[in-house]
Amino acid sequence: MTQIFQLYVFILAGFIGFFVISKVPPLLHTPLMSATNAISGISLVGAIVAAGGQYGKVSTILGFIAVICAATNVTAGFLITDRMLAMFGGPKKSAEGAK
Amino acid sequence: MTLPALALLSQAAEGGALSGARESIVQGSYLVASVLFILGLRSLTRPTDARLGMQQAAFGMLFAVIGTLLNHEIITYQWIITGLVIGAIAGYPMAMKVPMTAMPQFIAFSHAFGAIAATLVGVVEYRHAYDPAIQGLQPGLSSGTAAALGFEVLFGALTVTGSFMAFGKLQELITGRPITFKGQNAINLLLMAVAFGSFGWLVLHPDAAWAFYAMVGLALFLGVSMVLPIGGGDMPVVVSLLNSYAGLAAAATGFAIGNNVLIIAGALEGAGGFILSMMMSKAMNRSFGNVIFGAFGSAPTSTAKKGEARESKTISTEDAALQMAYAGSVVIIPGYGMAVAQAQHVCRELMELIQKKGGDVKYAIHPVAGRMPGHLNVILSEAGIDYGTLLTDVDDANRVLQTADIAIIIGANDIVNPDAEEDKGSPLYGMPIFRPWTAKTVYVIKRGKGTGFSGVENPLFFRDNTLMLYGDAKSVLGSLVKEVKALDEGH
Repeated sequence: MTQIFQLYVFILAGFIGFFVISKVPPLLHTPLMSATNAISGISLVGAIVAAGGQYGKVSTILGFIAVICAATNVTAGFLITDRMLAMFGGPKKSAEGAK
Repeated sequence: MTLPALALLSQAAEGGALSGARESIVQGSYLVASVLFILGLRSLTRPTDARLGMQQAAFGMLFAVIGTLLNHEIITYQWIITGLVIGAIAGYPMAMKVPMTAMPQFIAFSHAFGAIAATLVGVVEYRHAYDPAIQGLQPGLSSGTAAALGFEVLFGALTVTGSFMAFGKLQELITGRPITFKGQNAINLLLMAVAFGSFGWLVLHPDAAWAFYAMVGLALFLGVSMVLPIGGGDMPVVVSLLNSYAGLAAAATGFAIGNNVLIIAGALEGAGGFILSMMMSKAMNRSFGNVIFGAFGSAPTSTAKKGEARESKTISTEDAALQMAYAGSVVIIPGYGMAVAQAQHVCRELMELIQKKGGDVKYAIHPVAGRMPGHLNVILSEAGIDYGTLLTDVDDANRVLQTADIAIIIGANDIVNPDAEEDKGSPLYGMPIFRPWTAKTVYVIKRGKGTGFSGVENPLFFRDNTLMLYGDAKSVLGSLVKEVKALDEGH
């Protein structure tokens, strides 16, 4: 039953993703890729459990590496997205660009 | 109070109610995170809201992490904290230093990291299920969970090596040319079949560790062998597809460990990557089926028209500057060549000079210009060019080009190749392109006489109203700016 429920969540979220993302204008496609990349760092959640759970030494080390990698992905992903989006700043933009 | 109720109460006090409350907080944090992710992606539909939206999504991630730290399964924190700190320290300079031109390979690189994490989590979960220390206490894996874990490591491992290969190609550590050998497709198909066979076996026999690890190994290998034969020009499609794969791997992790935020985020990303690769393959005139199965290895064979030596007309920067200075409407068509030469700033200078003289300047940005969709928009915005002047729709741009006095092509090639409309034998045939030749005069700023990414010759360069300005985009634009300024001083 729980797996059916998970499938519900997966499919509904997939639909949301499809409809939301197909509305993103080509102008922002590169930030979009970077944004989904940052969100894929959500594996961090799984990695944290793997590194902190009582799973034995080898698993803890693997989990530790996973945490490092996922945290790098999250940090870099969100920062770079922000850096890009900062350049699409709206009305203030032309003033900033004149610098 | 009756005895069973008492027992229940003490049980609750010992952990039941407490862990219940804890569990609610954990799940609540995941719910908040999921909502913020969706809102974040939605905010990307409007440039003005996007930044704030994605900052909220980052907070969503923070919520999810804090929530996870309360998970009752976690007993030690030192590894987690150390790992988080190292990751944050490693990620920060990476994100702040990478130049905007290197964005595609950076995303590929970052993908590889996320995929390593997803794969390792899969391995840890599998090991845990068959840990000899708890053997007998745990029933092992159900077929469903085994399938989820199998899926996770399959897509995860494929994404790890695939992303590193894409990074290597985009960074030009590996040749951008397709690397092929005889029987490559047959070998790939065979390996894929073996990987899927192992997957099937694992679902039926979840305790078959060999099948699990064979899948990891095969997927790692397939990531390399599937990306190698793909040319550098197609890498953006690969990166986007790997984006989708990484999402699916994360969703599979969610299925395996029963975590909804992983399922939701994974599904969002899976869908996003999928749509983007769909849009890109359409813009590049590649069949979508080709993209899904990753078998888009066939390198475009350059049509053998090279025999006839044609000469294109060149023009001096003085003459070109004079024309540009007094043009009423100008359309600039930039390509990746402009980004590589870092010519976007001087390009803006030229634009401003023309505008000052009363000319109207627009940019026509092809969906696949640059190394990934939207790449040039980012680069032009970096130079402070207002995104209101960007024409991102091919049809719109072509309408504007029809009435334009001047089209300036900077470091672009395939996206303005008339063969895409006129030569059925051309590998580019059918790709939606700009028609700069409908403008009165076309100026092409180009490094040399080479062909574009696709390796196809461009007949545009030999048309009557096309004038070539050979040289590095930055220095050519620089001298154009100087010449236009000199005109002013002369008056």
